[in-house]
Formats: sequence, structure tokens, C-alpha cells
Amino acid sequence: MAYNFHFDPVDLPPECKELRREVRAFLKQEIEAGTFSPHDQHGGRNVNARAFARKVGAKGWIGMTWPKEYGGHERSHLERYVVTEEMLAHRAPTRSYSTADRQSGPMILRYGQESVKRKILPRIASGELCFCIGLSEPNSGSDVFAASTRATKTDGGWLVNGRKIWTSNAHNSDYMIALLRTSPPTKENRRHGLTQFLIALDTPGITVRPIINLTGAHDFNEITFDDAFVPDEHLIGEVDMAWKQASDELAYERSGPDRWLETFQVLVELVRAVGAEPSERLAEGIGREVAHLATLRRMSLSVAGMLQAGKTPAVEAAAVKDLGTNWEQALPNKVRLLAPQIGDAAPDSNDDRLEQALAFTTLIAPKLTIQGGTREVLRGIIARGLGLR
Amino acid sequence: MPDSIIVDTATRIFEDLCEPAVINAAEDGAWPEALWSALEESGLLLTWVADALGGAGAEMLDGFAVLRVAGRFAAPVPLAETLLAGWVLAQAGIAAPAGPLSALPVHADGAIELAADGSLRGRARHVPFARNARHFAVVARGGVALVAAAAATIAPGTSLAGEPRDTVSFDAARPLATGTAPGLDPAAVERLGAAIRAQQIAGALEHILDQSVQFALDRVQFGRPIAKFQAVQHNLAMLAGEVAAAGAAADAAAEAVAAYGIAGDQVEAEVAVAKIRAGEAAGTGAAIAHQVHGAMGFTKEHSLHHATRRLWAWREEFGNEAVWAARLGRMVAARGADALWPFITAGS
Repeated sequence: MAYNFHFDPVDLPPECKELRREVRAFLKQEIEAGTFSPHDQHGGRNVNARAFARKVGAKGWIGMTWPKEYGGHERSHLERYVVTEEMLAHRAPTRSYSTADRQSGPMILRYGQESVKRKILPRIASGELCFCIGLSEPNSGSDVFAASTRATKTDGGWLVNGRKIWTSNAHNSDYMIALLRTSPPTKENRRHGLTQFLIALDTPGITVRPIINLTGAHDFNEITFDDAFVPDEHLIGEVDMAWKQASDELAYERSGPDRWLETFQVLVELVRAVGAEPSERLAEGIGREVAHLATLRRMSLSVAGMLQAGKTPAVEAAAVKDLGTNWEQALPNKVRLLAPQIGDAAPDSNDDRLEQALAFTTLIAPKLTIQGGTREVLRGIIARGLGLR
Repeated sequence: MPDSIIVDTATRIFEDLCEPAVINAAEDGAWPEALWSALEESGLLLTWVADALGGAGAEMLDGFAVLRVAGRFAAPVPLAETLLAGWVLAQAGIAAPAGPLSALPVHADGAIELAADGSLRGRARHVPFARNARHFAVVARGGVALVAAAAATIAPGTSLAGEPRDTVSFDAARPLATGTAPGLDPAAVERLGAAIRAQQIAGALEHILDQSVQFALDRVQFGRPIAKFQAVQHNLAMLAGEVAAAGAAADAAAEAVAAYGIAGDQVEAEVAVAKIRAGEAAGTGAAIAHQVHGAMGFTKEHSLHHATRRLWAWREEFGNEAVWAARLGRMVAARGADALWPFITAGS
């Protein structure tokens, strides 16, 4: 067979079901207290995400799978999955901790030096620290291994020079994990010569400049490094060998609920707008999208279950992200064409949730098949899994 | 998890006895006796019949796994139909007779009458393999009946795949046995039939992915295998995604049926999801497979159409994507917007 896709069934254990109830109760309470609104149309920009992160940290829901000695909670990946999907489905403002929880923390845990693990991980788990990821550069986007921002050895550490770009949330972050050039690539391996570093963003020589995106929001940044000093202690993993370290984490990154829930709200608001007894056309339109959503969730949860069981379903994970991001990207347009028309006869409303959700999701849709690995990159990975390249 | 011995047995039988020539001959009207006999001897046909009724008493999931394999091989025999009929009869406590079976009606609006005098009247359309069946399992108004095929009038018809889809009429036919099964109506037959077709679709999609990847690696154009062109790679990656989604959705429905039986909202929803998603994947997947195969795949001589014509037929049967989507959409709307997420997460 070309590729035998395998999605193990997952029956969540009882502790997950109990946890889901806890998370829902917490979120309900936070929504009622006005901490955030699931109907917020600014992507939660006006919410105090740091304060929310500390509450989530206090609940023990950041760094859930990490060892207790580093501030973690030694819970399963499935439990973490439940928390993540509930947060996303309720549009909780997770941006202050989600990157560290999903990527930076696990990277430090696996490849970081002991002193850094002890210093940093407990502060991530408490919700105190915010991370960003320094991969893309002006001339190195999807081609990650073409990065040219340099780290040059100096006494007791490294001097960093160059630029990172499209760095989400850098302006709110304490640290970046950056991929930096420490040696030229070799003839045999063009991925050789890159190294990962932990960089404190308040280091002298670092400038963070905003790039406003088409929704008008400040999410992206450009970061300039001008002889910024990084201590030896902040070296993550082996010098020149970052390419070996990158791939393991990707299965987690690729298939999570954040790869199919970003525009979910627009479907929720469509269901609200059409009421309990929709026309045949509306019922059919909703049913089709729910079928996609339910299937994606099954696949995504299954990948989490397989990871928990020690398997490495890399091609499955890439397929989930490709299907998931394409679906969530197409969803606003499908909803737009199903949405009841608002004519002059309709009552005045400054709070039409469906209209606002459509506006927001339509504008963010283009990024969904770009961030965290473009559609083209993913399809290349799947094609490799099929033995085509 | 299905029993791997059962899956291996089914795979071996199809590998040996379900060659493309057998499938072509079946379409021309030649009953594949060797294939059918091997299936009958293996006991696979009795998977969904309890021990007490002379069956194998295996798990529902084993039957679905066999159907996945049968779909992969485009098996031109009423395997699915015999499993479904055996299950229907078992619900009414009727032992399944030997030989090919088919269950009817296959449409939710089916209306065969089992009269007070014990006779059957009415007509069912699109009955799969009716002309090959020795007996029918009839879900009638008034009860479940086992009736000899000889007691019915059968008018031939065919599916897009060239498989028999006949019209079966009863005019005061005398059943061999009758029974009752509370809650078993044509809608329930349609529900299990949809879960069955979703598995067969998933299997056929797995096959066309294999076939398309192999073709792309073998076919040389512009001086290299077409597999090396990024446009072809991306089409095949999309096909792979559809294969993965159809398989996952079909398995979710099979697990729901195995866990909860055929009645209830949970099963109705899982089956709807499976038939919608697998049905969409059938259309998208078949189109990509044909594009990769070019003109060769459009010939009668090439075997690609054994799978793709079945995909087009199966997505339509036991309720197509639109029918199931409207049902699922009504379920969602009745529960309301804030119940959508709990609805999605209800199964796990």
C-alpha cells in the first residue's frame, strides 16, 4: 500500500471527562465575570491575556504533561488536548501562554540545559512567561533552513545579528526561541549549521517593530538583532544540529485543535441565526459543515491518542492540518452564502453576532493555510509519506 | 479493534479470487462462484449472525472491517447485503439461510406490507443483487419476513458500477418465516446501510490511492515519472487527505453502531457524519484518481473504474450526502448554537 493511514479510535478516559467539566465550569465563570467574551470580534486583543494565563496556570493547565520537578503536572497528552480544545472552542484568550505550552516549553524540556529548565519551565507553567518563535526571516519563510541571522561565538556566549520577521506576539513576549546560523550549510546537508537559542527579549541590541496585518491588528513583528548577547546557558541542544531537533515536535504542533477551530464561531453563530427549525437548504448547509468538523476532531483527537501511546503519526498529523486549515479557511464563505439576508425590514442591531463573526473570520481566513507551515509545505510532507519524493 | 485474523482471511480470499477479470465478468452477468464459495466456506458471511442462530457471533466491528477490505477489492458479490440481511433477520430471531441474501427495502420511505394473513405485498426499488439472492430479508410494515427470492418478481436494473440494483415486487408472497423486531423499520435499515457503504467507500478510496500513487511512479512524461511533478504530488496529497477523512469518519460510525446498536441520536449523528464525509471524499477522490491516470484511466480496459464507478454508486445509496446533511443539520439546529460544541464532543 502507498500509505496505510491509521487513526486509532480514542475513548477518552474518565479523568478526561471530569477535566472537561472542570474546564467548562471555569470558562463559564470567567465569561460571566467579564474576563473575556466568546463573541469578542477583536481576537481578544483588548483582554488582559497575562492575567488570564496566570489563572490558567494556577489551575494547573499549562505544562500539563511536563515533570513535576519543572513545574509540570505529569498528566496525559489527552488531558492536555481536552483543555486546549475547550479553550479554543470558547475562544478563551490563550495567546499569552499557548506558544510556550505547545512548543517552546517542550523544546526547552527536551533540549534545554538543566539550569534553564529549572529557571524557565516553572514560570511558563504558572502562566507568568510569554514566548514567541523566531523562525521566519525576510529571505527565509517556508524555506526555514535558509535562515541567515547569525550567532557568533564570543566570550561566555554568542552575539546575534540579523532580522526575524512575521513573529507573532513578540511585542508581548518575554522570550523567543530563535533558529540562528552558527555555521554555513555543508554540501551534503543544506540543513546543517543552524542552532536554537533561548533569547530574552529585553536584551540590549534587540528592537521589536510592529507590522500591522490586514485586519488592522498588531500581531506580527519584525525583530532586529544588533550585537545582542546570548549566554552559553541559553544554547538549546547541539550547535549546528537544530535540524535534528525540529521534527519531533511537529506532530503535536500540526494536528491540534488550533488547526481546525479558528473560525468555528462563525458556524455557531449561523446555527444561532437560523433558529431551531431551519429550512431544508440551511439544514443541509449546516449538516455538511458539522460532518467535516466532527471528522476533523476525530482525526485530531486520534493523533493525540497515538502520540500518547508512543507512536509517531507524522503523515497523519500533516493530513489533519492540511484538511483542518483548508476547512476552517473555507468555512466563512460557506456560512456567508447560507446566512439569512439582513434587509431593511430587519430590526436595527448594533450587535449582530453573525455579521461580526463573518467579518472577523473572513479577514483572518488567508493566514490559516500559511501560519505554522504552508499548505504547500504540508502537501510536500504528505507526498513524501506517499513515497512520491 | 477488529480481529486481524478475520481481516487477513478476507484479504487472502479477495487477493486470490477477485481479480479484475472476475469483476469484468460479473458485470457481464457471470456469477463469481469461486469467490462466493470461498466467502461462504470462510464463515465471513455470518459475521453479524449470533451463535444461537447458526452464525459466527463475531463483533460488529469485524463485519465492518471485512466490508472495508471488500470495498478495497471492488468485490462484485452481495457480501454487504448478506451481512445486512443476516443482521436484520437476527433482530427478529430468524436464522439466516445459506446462500446469497439481500435486505429490503433500501429506502427509508419503503412500504412493504406484511398482511394479517401472513402474505407480503409491495415493491422495493434499487435492491442490490436481488437477482443473485436466494432469499430476501424484508423489513415490512407488520414485521420482519424471510422470503424466498423465487416468490418475488424481479425486474433488473443496474448501478453506475454495473452491479445489480433490481426492483423486487411481492404480490401475496408467502414468507418462509416471520418475526418482530421493535424499532426496526426501513429508516434503521437505511442507517446501517449507510454505515456499511461508508466503510466500502473508505476501502475503495484506499485502493485508488494505491493505484494512483503507483501509476504516478510508473508513468514517465517529459523525461521523468509524473510523480516528480509538484502539481501531481499535491493532487495525490489531497487524495490522501480524503482517504484519511473517509476512513476516520467510517470507523467512527462503525464504532458507534458496535457500542450503541442502530437506534438513538448518537448513532444517527455518527452515521450521518460518516455518510456525508465519505460521500464527499468519494467524489473528490475519484476525480483526482482519474486526473492522475489521464486517458488510460478512462478506458474500459483499465481497472480504475472498478473502484471509481462503485464510489459514485455507493455515495448515492442509503441516503446521499444531501439527505444525511439535512438530517444532521436539523439535529444540530434543534439543539441550538450553544449545544453545538458539546454535540461535537459527545462521543468522547
